[in-house]
Amino acid sequence: MVSGVIKVDALLEKMTLELQNYLKAKQIDNPMIIGIRTGGVWVAEALQKSLELDSPMGVLDIAFYRDDFTRMGLHPKVQPSILPTATEGRHIILVDDVLMSGRTVRAAMNEIFDYGRPASITLATLIDLNRRELPVQADVIGEVMLLDAGERVKLTGPQPLSIEISKRAD
Amino acid sequence: MFEQQDPNQIQLNSEGQLKHFLTTEGLSRELLSEILDTADSFVDMSAQQVKKVPLLRGKTVVNLFFEASTRTASTFELAAKRLSADVLNLNISTSSTAKGETLRDTLMTMEAMHSDMFVVRHSDSGAQHYIAENVTPNVAVINAGDGRHAHPTQAMLDMLTIRQHKGDFSPLKVAIVGDILHSRVARSQIHALRTLGAAEVRVIAPHTLLPRHIEALGVQVYTDMNQGLKDVDVVMMLRLQRERMLSALLPSEAEFYKLYGLSEDKLKHAHPDAIVMHPGPINRGVEIESAVADGPRSLILNQVTNGIAVRMAVMSMSMSGQTTEAQRRAEQQASSAE
Repeated sequence: MVSGVIKVDALLEKMTLELQNYLKAKQIDNPMIIGIRTGGVWVAEALQKSLELDSPMGVLDIAFYRDDFTRMGLHPKVQPSILPTATEGRHIILVDDVLMSGRTVRAAMNEIFDYGRPASITLATLIDLNRRELPVQADVIGEVMLLDAGERVKLTGPQPLSIEISKRAD
Repeated sequence: MFEQQDPNQIQLNSEGQLKHFLTTEGLSRELLSEILDTADSFVDMSAQQVKKVPLLRGKTVVNLFFEASTRTASTFELAAKRLSADVLNLNISTSSTAKGETLRDTLMTMEAMHSDMFVVRHSDSGAQHYIAENVTPNVAVINAGDGRHAHPTQAMLDMLTIRQHKGDFSPLKVAIVGDILHSRVARSQIHALRTLGAAEVRVIAPHTLLPRHIEALGVQVYTDMNQGLKDVDVVMMLRLQRERMLSALLPSEAEFYKLYGLSEDKLKHAHPDAIVMHPGPINRGVEIESAVADGPRSLILNQVTNGIAVRMAVMSMSMSGQTTEAQRRAEQQASSAE
């Protein structure tokens, strides 16, 4: 059951502004945006456009890097990661739609490091559920959401992007 | 020979996931498709600059080859290494068993090294099944060819190659040509093709190289190559062992080539878009003409590439199935202790 739908345009505007300030403060020029499949790619595409970045965007599928693979199995349709330019020495903005435990971001960073050592990684997420299990936190956040037990959040898209909050049926 | 039970009682866990990979026989279309889908993901990954993923990091894979093999052993080794496993290669035919050690003793020795997976090739049909039944829980067994019985990863890499080039199996007429009698590859191919829904599976061979009652597997039998190839979409050649000639099942290599070797002339009987496959290594001028083997319809090298991806898929799926089963057992024990 869907109990709420939030439009994300305002959140993306806020993230763009915060990222611009963040990059300026850190003196980061020409960063490379990498989105985590699937929702993170949609958010990354929007940020790539609003930040008017020249460098082509990267896409990560972290399925082969998940730490719960032996418990959950492998999704049979894993798409390849695409990093169009070298990551070695680059400043990277890693983008996901929802930050929960931090395990997806950890897996994504492991994968990025398999391609080379970036100069820095900035984490941007549309929603932070504040349920960290690892010392991973975002530098730029669209909105912090504290969900009730049994509530779930999902980004739907790619056009238009919306956040759906639903209650799990018992 | 080892006695056999229903293979799926042992190769699937209680949730229907792959726990060992012993045979394509009896596996569902859904599971075979899942293997192909997973392998497809690994094909894409192998085209990337970094060809290694951490799925089996910390796991130890032992390649136990009781029968010589270069190609299969090396693709299994590469597949395990691309999954970040530690790999131990043992050619048992020249070591332990030659000193009188039994299969069970060899197994127990390997288990004591805390191995997580055995990739086994053995000349006795059913040896891998026996190993899977007797191995410590949480160790996966992958069949890399047993006697005349099965070579399931070879069959699945063939299925992947067909699917990549033909898409849907349902309209396909497929011919398997050569030494059907001694071929574990042919048996596994037939089971996989029938399960995946190929319209027609034909076997083409001389009477001396056809098993009795092969029709019971749901195939059409041809002893004439030109008739058998008529309008087929896929031609799968088999390797001819030279010792068959010595055991007088065939008059000569030249005679075999004349009647059953795949030449461009014979291939004209097949569908104009027909693809040609061979598990390798090929005997040029015995099973296949060089012009066909190296020609535009040949997918022999694609098969080698797909072999690594299929073996990565099967290894990762069976390791995951082992863990899920172990968890289920642990949960059962915990609930019964309460």
